[in-house]
Amino acid sequence: MPGLGTTLGRGGATSFPQDLVNSDCILIMGSNMAEAHPVGFANVMKAKDRGAKIIHVDPHFSRTSAVSNLYVSTRAGSDIVFLGAIIHYLLENQVYFHDYVVNYTNAPMLIREDFQDTEDLNGLFSGFDPASGTYSNQESWDYQRDEYDKPLTDPTLQNPQCVLQIMKRHFARYTPELVESECGVSREEWLQVVQALVENSGRERTSTLCYAVGWTQQSKGVQIIRAGSIMQLLLGNMGRPGGGVLALRGHASIQGSTDVPTLYDLLAGYMPQPAEMLSTKPESQHEPTSTTWGARQDKHVHKNTQQTLQEYIDVTGQKLGWWSNVPSYIISLLKAWYGDAATADNDWGYHWIPKITGDHSHINTSYAMLDGKVKGYFLLGQNPAAGSTNARMQRKALAQLDWMVVGDLYEVESAAFWYKGTNGEKVDPATLKTEVFFMPAAASTEKEGTFTNTQRLLQWRDKAIDPPGDARSDLWLIYQLGKRLKKLYADSTAPRDQGLLNLTWDYEMEEPQPDSHLTDEPDAQLVLKEVNGYYVTQTNSDGQVTQYDLHNAPHVPTFTALKTDGSTACGSWIYSGVYPEPGRNRAASRISDGKMNLDWGFAWPANRRILYNRASADPAGKPWSERKKHIWWDAEQHKWVGNDIPDFPPDKAPDYRPAPDSTGMDAIAGTDPFFMKPDGRAWLYAPTGLKDGPLPAHYEAIESPVQNALYKQQSNPAAKYHRDRKDNVLIELGDPNYPFVITTYRLTEHHVSGPMTRWMPWLNALQPSLFAEISPELAQERNIVDKGWMVLRTPRGEIEARAMVTRRLRPLRIRGRIVHQIGLPFHWGFQGKSTGSITNDLTHSVLEPNVSIEEAKAFLCDIRPGRLSSSEHNVGRKEH
Amino acid sequence: MHEPANRSVRALPMLSNLMEIGSRVQPFSKESREKAPRIRDAKVVHSVCPYCAVGCGLNVYVKNGKVIDIEGNPDSFINHGTLCPKGSATFQYTVNASRTTQVLYRAPYSDHWEVKSSEWALDQIAQRVKKTRDETFVERLDDGRVINQTQGIASLGGATLDIEENYLIKKLFNAGLGIVSIENQARI
Repeated sequence: MPGLGTTLGRGGATSFPQDLVNSDCILIMGSNMAEAHPVGFANVMKAKDRGAKIIHVDPHFSRTSAVSNLYVSTRAGSDIVFLGAIIHYLLENQVYFHDYVVNYTNAPMLIREDFQDTEDLNGLFSGFDPASGTYSNQESWDYQRDEYDKPLTDPTLQNPQCVLQIMKRHFARYTPELVESECGVSREEWLQVVQALVENSGRERTSTLCYAVGWTQQSKGVQIIRAGSIMQLLLGNMGRPGGGVLALRGHASIQGSTDVPTLYDLLAGYMPQPAEMLSTKPESQHEPTSTTWGARQDKHVHKNTQQTLQEYIDVTGQKLGWWSNVPSYIISLLKAWYGDAATADNDWGYHWIPKITGDHSHINTSYAMLDGKVKGYFLLGQNPAAGSTNARMQRKALAQLDWMVVGDLYEVESAAFWYKGTNGEKVDPATLKTEVFFMPAAASTEKEGTFTNTQRLLQWRDKAIDPPGDARSDLWLIYQLGKRLKKLYADSTAPRDQGLLNLTWDYEMEEPQPDSHLTDEPDAQLVLKEVNGYYVTQTNSDGQVTQYDLHNAPHVPTFTALKTDGSTACGSWIYSGVYPEPGRNRAASRISDGKMNLDWGFAWPANRRILYNRASADPAGKPWSERKKHIWWDAEQHKWVGNDIPDFPPDKAPDYRPAPDSTGMDAIAGTDPFFMKPDGRAWLYAPTGLKDGPLPAHYEAIESPVQNALYKQQSNPAAKYHRDRKDNVLIELGDPNYPFVITTYRLTEHHVSGPMTRWMPWLNALQPSLFAEISPELAQERNIVDKGWMVLRTPRGEIEARAMVTRRLRPLRIRGRIVHQIGLPFHWGFQGKSTGSITNDLTHSVLEPNVSIEEAKAFLCDIRPGRLSSSEHNVGRKEH
Repeated sequence: MHEPANRSVRALPMLSNLMEIGSRVQPFSKESREKAPRIRDAKVVHSVCPYCAVGCGLNVYVKNGKVIDIEGNPDSFINHGTLCPKGSATFQYTVNASRTTQVLYRAPYSDHWEVKSSEWALDQIAQRVKKTRDETFVERLDDGRVINQTQGIASLGGATLDIEENYLIKKLFNAGLGIVSIENQARI
């Protein structure tokens, strides 16, 4: 999310899979799209039929590679070398899209004189504090600013402190020679990729970049996404048909659960969760610059307290650009949550929202659990005992809980850890205290509700039938639990309980669903109405004020209707407009028109399908070319028109120029397509917002077979290592016991750790067991035979798998020596109808600094032929 | 809302046309005449595939209160009726004898599940939440800053749930109870 959000303004795919047919070139990197997103991949094939060039760069040859025009085999974890060299090539040969770059990106902005690059500090940027392992002082990364706090620029791009010149110096060492020695890719192959992208970008042509968790699950994942986005910006491919960055999400509503969200550090619509960091010193509070637009520092390291709503707005809002609207979004959220109890006099109930005091992300919470600090746990449709990295640690952590609630369709590993172990390991229930409540869940066909898919598209599902037996929707579980808790606390006068008691909590179904025997199911449409937003009060022309509740309130039409005076409520501002009036749930609209399909579902924000589409026209508002036109300025009608909903103020003329002292959206020029950013431009260089540097720099994976050839700094200096944990022993550089690079991936026939697939005979017949892919050379070196058993080992755990000896993994020549790579799916566990070792028993739990995501796509291991000694299968079964 | 016609059923008259190929009408048994796809007269319910995030449209066929088949929705601009192996298997995900459909309870140190009622389980869970919250709630840091949080309870999950469900999880757990560790698959 911060990769795209920091660079472009929003944490979502900028286009949609069906737009791939308009691409002239598609680069797929960090994704096996044909197998992980097969139906989306059909659009890639259509583009190929229309003449587009398809390129796949990946450590593992897959079905995506097989049908691409060009497959490039690369070393896992070397992506920034590959992309950095492309950026270097574009800048050095001046083949970037000049008019796009100079007008729509921050290439001309001047950076402070005291900024020091990785070139100056051998792999570190200025502001790094070795004691805490963080960039605790990021001030030097900022722009040079005028008296109105607006950045100084040099449109000629010649000033040595301008972003473009800093990038030229920063990327100078990313050469084709390094691609050859570090990625294991010949310079001819690499050059073919660059040339294909250059030839298929510009006014007349566009290229798309597709990525997935092959990028995000790395210790520098955000910076890889940044590097890909920078490449696309230099080529001028953002906001245009057949262009953009397509982030391929892996779950039915993973985009939705990020938007709403169920994440510790975010409130609805990408507003940060209020924070009071433990490291904040009280004497440094209330800095006078807190309302300036540069003050939105890294949201995890607030310098200011957020004790009041105004302080929160000062820290999180912006003076310039779209985020100047934060007050109306947060006050409308507080009205949605606390209803009439939220008033101007009590800061709209702001103090009832808990403040985060550190990194409460999933893995850190698992460690807190291991330490006995977490007593109770809700697992709803999630299976950390097999699906999270360092899964053995996860299972230990679950055993330290007092109680847990598991909501799922099947008895997954996380529900069964107290009596069953992996590979036949004995577990003694008499030693495990955790009390477990298994609540059978409804399937997606047995409840109504909305998924938000990979292209930010909200699609409503109608309900087919009631769930079987006592299975119920998660909506019902949370709603009924909330009702009971409100009752249990009903008599409390303690201030800490008033948030719960004031929580609006009435989603009663007004009419029972037809053909349903369920009488206490909450109304999902009402919840969607609250998410969309409604009027709490309305004043008519006579000044008469009418009060409403959720059930009878008029809907707000869109987020521009949200107010700061408490007259509107809205659960997630970016979803506003999905349900603009009674009876018109746009997520449930299903009209295909064969063009942009604007009436099939609803894409946030405001049903815009290609984000930043102002950039599809030149600064004067004309399409860059007839072939690639999308929206344009119609001077007669004085508005933006075209094939899509304009992602721009509809009547802001291209020649609008802000006054020097302008604020809010008035500060956004008619040529600023990236208006979520305070300067209206895409950020090649990120002056704020990231924890590991303003520009991408190559660091080796936490576990790597080679020393970093670019800098003295070996791996991401700001990563969260958990080094002191005995459950997270890491392989040191040069350890001869663990010589092989390993990467994990999905198969088409299974889903993540298998809770939704391993109970299904049809899918188990197609993919019956865990296997590891190794090259014939490696198989020979370690005496492993095709289809025979092999053991894979890291300091975290050992697993067994069938060997698939195949040319799909190739030994790479890295700095003159051979590096072997192993490919390993991760869908198995000890429950279900198809069982096998847990791949995540091998992975470690070092986290990426910005998003605290694990590094499952590049680490080290050792292998040997044979089976685990503890394996139950050893008894009475023959090798075959 | 726009409800597309059931295409499989519409294709039926083709069969009788075929029988007229040639110089005369071919013999046409009663059995052939009465043959019909099993989805004839089934209610078509529009849904979305629960697996990856491409968002393929599903047609769920319901007859006599049972799901009898699930196919790709041919009208969806996303999948045009096609599905991948997982999407095609959604029927077996939902209609599956291995599903756990009872509320199960495992007491501390017990070696077995007990079947319980939903009401009992909800009451018990609510009590556990209250007890843990009351014991672990922190109103202020040592320096006096208000934080109103508990780290004693955590929640994980959401990427396969609906946005309405995610919304209520965040609302109840965070805005109501003060739980801070609310996470989902997006972190993984």
